[in-house]
Amino acid sequence: MAVLRTLLASLTVLAAGVGALAGTTHGFRAFTTETARRIAVRDHPPVVPPLSLETASGGRTSFGELRGRWLVVDFIYTSCTTYCSVQGMEFARLQQQLAGPIASGQIALLSVSFDPTRDDPAALTEYQRMHGGTDSGWVAARPISAADLAALLRLFRVKVIPDGAGGFEHNAAIAVVDPRGRLVTIVDWNAPNDAARYVTQHLTP
Amino acid sequence: MNGPTGRRCLVGVVLWVALAIPPGRQLLESSMTGQLLVQIPLLALVGWMFAQCLPDRVAQRFAPWNHRGISGLLLASLTSLIWMLPLAMDAALDDPRIALAKFLSVPLLIGVPVAWSWPRAGFVVRGVVLTELIATTLRLGWLYKISPVRLCSNYLLDDQQRLGTILLVVGFAILLVLVWRLMWGRVDPGRDERGEGEHRPWR
Repeated sequence: MAVLRTLLASLTVLAAGVGALAGTTHGFRAFTTETARRIAVRDHPPVVPPLSLETASGGRTSFGELRGRWLVVDFIYTSCTTYCSVQGMEFARLQQQLAGPIASGQIALLSVSFDPTRDDPAALTEYQRMHGGTDSGWVAARPISAADLAALLRLFRVKVIPDGAGGFEHNAAIAVVDPRGRLVTIVDWNAPNDAARYVTQHLTP
Repeated sequence: MNGPTGRRCLVGVVLWVALAIPPGRQLLESSMTGQLLVQIPLLALVGWMFAQCLPDRVAQRFAPWNHRGISGLLLASLTSLIWMLPLAMDAALDDPRIALAKFLSVPLLIGVPVAWSWPRAGFVVRGVVLTELIATTLRLGWLYKISPVRLCSNYLLDDQQRLGTILLVVGFAILLVLVWRLMWGRVDPGRDERGEGEHRPWR
């Protein structure tokens, strides 16, 4: 009797465990927060609030103003000396690759700094110049308040932690925002071609 | 509720509170190693202490459903599996509801069932659990050590690699102890089998 009851109890525990595991991992699709983040965004694209940004030229723009075109977005800090410095080069290359749709106002690139105290307009300008980019169709900007920055990091699910040496560890990635202002997909930080392909495929001819 | 049992209960409560208050959480959750190898095992220990001071009839009620401790150890294994997922460890830091779930489920669904089940488990059940524990520790350690990407968004890469090394050491240490006991130690056949009189090997 105890054997049968134990079998029954074990099967119940197993079913509950598999259910809990499926719930935690988005149906066995995600084992890390990063994958979960991408699945969540693809399943339910969140709308980016029309927050203001200060650009490299010292002017103002906002996520509201940038609506109506596809946005390719990354989060950066300009004093990065490790692999994230490649992010700038990739955006400069995207700028050339997508020059046509950028010129016609269908696509814009946007680099948002999560280190706004150090990344003033001068630092942002230098960042673009250093990587061989220009400010036409590539907006480098910083949020204007700590609250805005926190809201953006939360919405884009960017996690920034100080590495103790003046830099940061962050889940670098390339995000795509559609013309309606919805964050629709996130791709690997070193896969700018995936972002370019995604956007050009969705452009209305 | 006095004597060693009562004391163990009190120590359990004190430990649980110490782990749950902000300084305790910050200390252990600031590193991946602290959370996975200190905080979660200590929370399981809290549950084990609670189980010591629960009235016997509570354990007795579950006993018929827990032949040789199988269902209890299965429950503990599955719960551990969930808290070993990088995204669960991350979520416990970012979301207070998940943190609460961790502080309740690790003592109640890992510590208590292990305390009730381990003494009942025989040689084979214990062997299966320990083998799986060693294998999981080594697999996870190896993964953390070699993964070039951060699996937890809240922790640094070198923290993850350090945890990987420590897990490998822990895995091999458990393996060595186990091999030692199998070769030279006495093997406890478990309460359920002891109750049947002389222990007979399988034919």
